[in-house]
Amino acid sequence: MSGASLSVTGLRVAYGRRAVVEGLDLAPLRPGTLTALVGPNAAGKSTLLRGIAGLVPGTRGAVRLGERDLLAMSIPERARHLAYMPQGLPGGVALTVMETLVGALRATPTALAPNGAAAAAHAVAVLRRLGIEHLAMRTLDRLSGGQRQLVGLAQALAREPAVLMLDEPTSALDLRHQMSVMALVRETVVSRGLVGVVVLHDLGLAARFADRLVALSEGAIQADGTPAETLTPDLLARVYEVEARVERCSQGHLLVLADAPIRGAA
Amino acid sequence: MEVAEGAAGYRRLLLRRGALLLALSLGLLAAFLLDVATGPARLPLSTVLDTLLAGRGAGGPLSVIVWDVRLPYATMAVLVGAALALAGAEMQTVLDNPLASPFTLGVSSAASLGAALAIVLGRGIPFVPADWLVPANAFAFALAAMLLLQFLSRLRGAGVQALVLFGIALVFAFNALVALIQFLATEQALQQLVFWSMGSLARATWDKIGILAAALALAVPFSARAAWRLTALRLGEDRARSFGVDTNATRRGALLRVSLLAGVSVAFVGTIGFVGLVGPHAARLLVGEDHRFFLPASALCGALLLSLSSVAGKLVVPGLLVPIGIVTALIGVPVFLALVLGRGRVA
Repeated sequence: MSGASLSVTGLRVAYGRRAVVEGLDLAPLRPGTLTALVGPNAAGKSTLLRGIAGLVPGTRGAVRLGERDLLAMSIPERARHLAYMPQGLPGGVALTVMETLVGALRATPTALAPNGAAAAAHAVAVLRRLGIEHLAMRTLDRLSGGQRQLVGLAQALAREPAVLMLDEPTSALDLRHQMSVMALVRETVVSRGLVGVVVLHDLGLAARFADRLVALSEGAIQADGTPAETLTPDLLARVYEVEARVERCSQGHLLVLADAPIRGAA
Repeated sequence: MEVAEGAAGYRRLLLRRGALLLALSLGLLAAFLLDVATGPARLPLSTVLDTLLAGRGAGGPLSVIVWDVRLPYATMAVLVGAALALAGAEMQTVLDNPLASPFTLGVSSAASLGAALAIVLGRGIPFVPADWLVPANAFAFALAAMLLLQFLSRLRGAGVQALVLFGIALVFAFNALVALIQFLATEQALQQLVFWSMGSLARATWDKIGILAAALALAVPFSARAAWRLTALRLGEDRARSFGVDTNATRRGALLRVSLLAGVSVAFVGTIGFVGLVGPHAARLLVGEDHRFFLPASALCGALLLSLSSVAGKLVVPGLLVPIGIVTALIGVPVFLALVLGRGRVA
């Protein structure tokens, strides 16, 4: 892996004339670490992620991986460094899991899949790593919610990016699948030395699996640090507008207990 | 099917899909020969084959029937079916809409307007010979409509939703103009216009076949090159971009091919709507949506459907050629329902 950090400076992401994120700086995200983006609804988490991934036209500022500016790259070139996984995989598509993975590898040329046979072999290896090789020949519309998330993750991992960005990889998953998907993401990021960024709604999950927590509201960073540093009653009051306690469970994991909404805060 | 088999299973899948393409091709060949062998003059298949093999210059009434009447019709049916279904397949993918067809965004309405102007007012592009006036005008309008659409959607950032909305607006605008011209037209011109819009292979000539074949030959290599990118697009816009696909450029390219294929087809044979919608659906049920198989299978299904419709059109009322636009829908609907009900969801 490249071993380069990802840094964001002066980022402006706008839909049309409406700027959602303006002048945002993010201290370097180091390889082999997982960062969680958290915040209330409409905080701009997904927008920030899509902006960094170069998916919003007209995004300004710099997103540097090492010395190279990802935003200045062409779409195919950027895709060699960064993979982005949107929420959910479309249903009703008549493709098997294998076909989507081979498609992901061959959509634009990569060194990983110089030909069809290599692409197929690589795709199988990715599925095996995620423990879903048995799904290879299933069509997308026959997958359960958890399986879809895993297949989506496999597509993002297949191209072996240096930066992995996942938008709510655990939405619509039951507890067991939340745990297994997040454990897998964390294991992949650490063992492959990727820069990992995840948007998460569940603060407990974020605190448990992420090395770093960035709290966002109204398109601006409100707190940035380790989960223990970031998750404080004060932050929860400011960002989420709730009275909340942050406590440690019997195994030492952080727990967020929301008690009541703060009235008139908005 | 679901036990761990990985690459071997995938290889078998590719083989199966290749075999289906071959079967479709053979079916198309059979339908084509049947089409040539069918007609008011009851000729045995062997006679037809002999005449075909003897070449065009052999002379005699047989040669005229086979080479100048039946063969152009049958060839036109195959080419139009292939062109419209290929265009429909690309349209459904780039608009992410299973109800899209080559005519969704106003290609056929624009062509109808062009044809109406030529038929009713005798107005058209200068320096075009009289018997080419209607098709040339229809094509020019179809292409102009597509360019206008692309321009409009670029003005506002080329989102799929905006594109479809502009397209629908164009459909209504052109239809209103056609209605206005119909309202003003003489009875004779009106009859001609209605017949034009029904869709018919009776206007097939070797010149037109040459032009349509050239349009296909121009579009197909680009479609083939875009196959992987189109497959990726099926997984969603953001995901495709994350795989390195410039989705806007891919969409623009596909729309350009669609307008070329649909524009030329509609100019020569009128509006045959159903095949561009159903060809891709049949192909999807048969080979799935890996576009390396999906695109050729769509073209083959469309060609097969139109070829069979052409045969049926000659048989329904003996001695009378029922316009193929009507027959296509009449035989296409049951075939389509049988496919959907028989296969259920895609394997």
